[in-house]
Amino acid sequence: MDFEWLGTYQSYFIPALQTTLLLLLYSGTLGFGLALLVGFARLSKQPFIAWAALSFTNTIRGTPLLVQIYVLYYGLGSLFVEFPAVRDTFLWDYLRDGFWYVVLALAISVAAYVGEVIKGGLRGVPKGELEAARALGMPRLLMVRRIWLPRALQILMPSLAGETVLLLKSTALASTVAVMDVLGAANFVRTQTLRTYEPLLVTALVYLVLALLIEEVFRRLAHRLPTRSGF
Amino acid sequence: MTWFEQFTRSVVSEWGVVLLQGALVTLQISGGAFALGLLIGLIVAMTKLSGKTPLVIIANGYITVCRAVPELLLILLLYYAGSDLINAVLDWMGYGPIEINGFASGVLVLGIVQGAYASEIIRGAILAIPLGHIEAARAFGCSRGLIVRRILIPEMMPFALAGLSNLWMTLLKDSALISVVGYNELLFTAKQAAGSTKMYLLFYLSVGAMYLVITLLSNLVVERFESRFRRWMPAH
Repeated sequence: MDFEWLGTYQSYFIPALQTTLLLLLYSGTLGFGLALLVGFARLSKQPFIAWAALSFTNTIRGTPLLVQIYVLYYGLGSLFVEFPAVRDTFLWDYLRDGFWYVVLALAISVAAYVGEVIKGGLRGVPKGELEAARALGMPRLLMVRRIWLPRALQILMPSLAGETVLLLKSTALASTVAVMDVLGAANFVRTQTLRTYEPLLVTALVYLVLALLIEEVFRRLAHRLPTRSGF
Repeated sequence: MTWFEQFTRSVVSEWGVVLLQGALVTLQISGGAFALGLLIGLIVAMTKLSGKTPLVIIANGYITVCRAVPELLLILLLYYAGSDLINAVLDWMGYGPIEINGFASGVLVLGIVQGAYASEIIRGAILAIPLGHIEAARAFGCSRGLIVRRILIPEMMPFALAGLSNLWMTLLKDSALISVVGYNELLFTAKQAAGSTKMYLLFYLSVGAMYLVITLLSNLVVERFESRFRRWMPAH
């Protein structure tokens, strides 16, 4: 074991860490927004909306994330190449870079997995509280904003922490489409220094620390949420 | 040429057999890894429940690492480490290095990763068994192995099934990661097909559909299993 290369290649790992965190942030926020929609759509009384949401979650949860990333990056990406007109627009910089394809793929998968979780949480809110809100004459949207959603999220806090760690782990797949995230940087160092284990071990440590950090952040967050204590 | 003609020509008639073979390999890898994961999970769960401090610390470390580090990274790490380790042992015994079978290392790597998840599921399920049942078995003088075989495993199965079936679905999808280290399972075959025909979207969508069919079919099988294992459970 020899970690001398860390000094030389340090400058690769800092932006790589930034890329991983940005992937997490962008796909997490976008995905969570979509997941709220999916969660409510799953409980919709309109049969078509409920069916569409169910097929969406089943399809996304039934196929590997790696395949979804390939469909978007290689599949859709290869379609854009066929239109030379696109190359001249400002969009091209985004369409060429694997980063945004991965963000989209991750956001879609978060929407499906977390959508199911949120559906469970929405169902877990005691019916009486919603009926009370309705009895007070709250408009539906206000009821969702003030009571249904906050209560559901409160119930779901531990599962959301778990889902965020899963998302962090999924961001590592970005390295398969040439995005320089932490794992991508490790693979680069591996080819440069011909060392197999050390870069991967350092990367594993980085992910381990990040995962523990995420759990700590959620623990603090859960602490700050008011919970019913006593009667 | 329409999309559908292209599909039937290149995906079905040219690459159909190869893709189906790839799907079979995916199923074999997942099946092997699932069995290995269950075995590791059972051992780790029993270790954690035994309460011997140093062993529990090791088990907890294994579970934490496998749950916090990306599967792709673990697969890369274990794939190289595993083959190096075997070659080092061979070298020590005086043999030359051998090419490690990609299938075996795929099963090993996925099994080790899934073992961590399986152990938590199994531990929870074992804790759900009334302690009196195990005490009763002990009072009748059953040996440890007999208790595990006759009481522990059959009684915990209904509690563990939901988690284990989720694990199987995860495993089917994680097996696609093996394609990164280059063993010809379903996704790797699709990569080759897409690369040689330049029809990326078509092939990746088709292979996605194949994974979907596999997961939907496994869902049906799992439901059959569940009703069988739950047959003695009190109906709610």
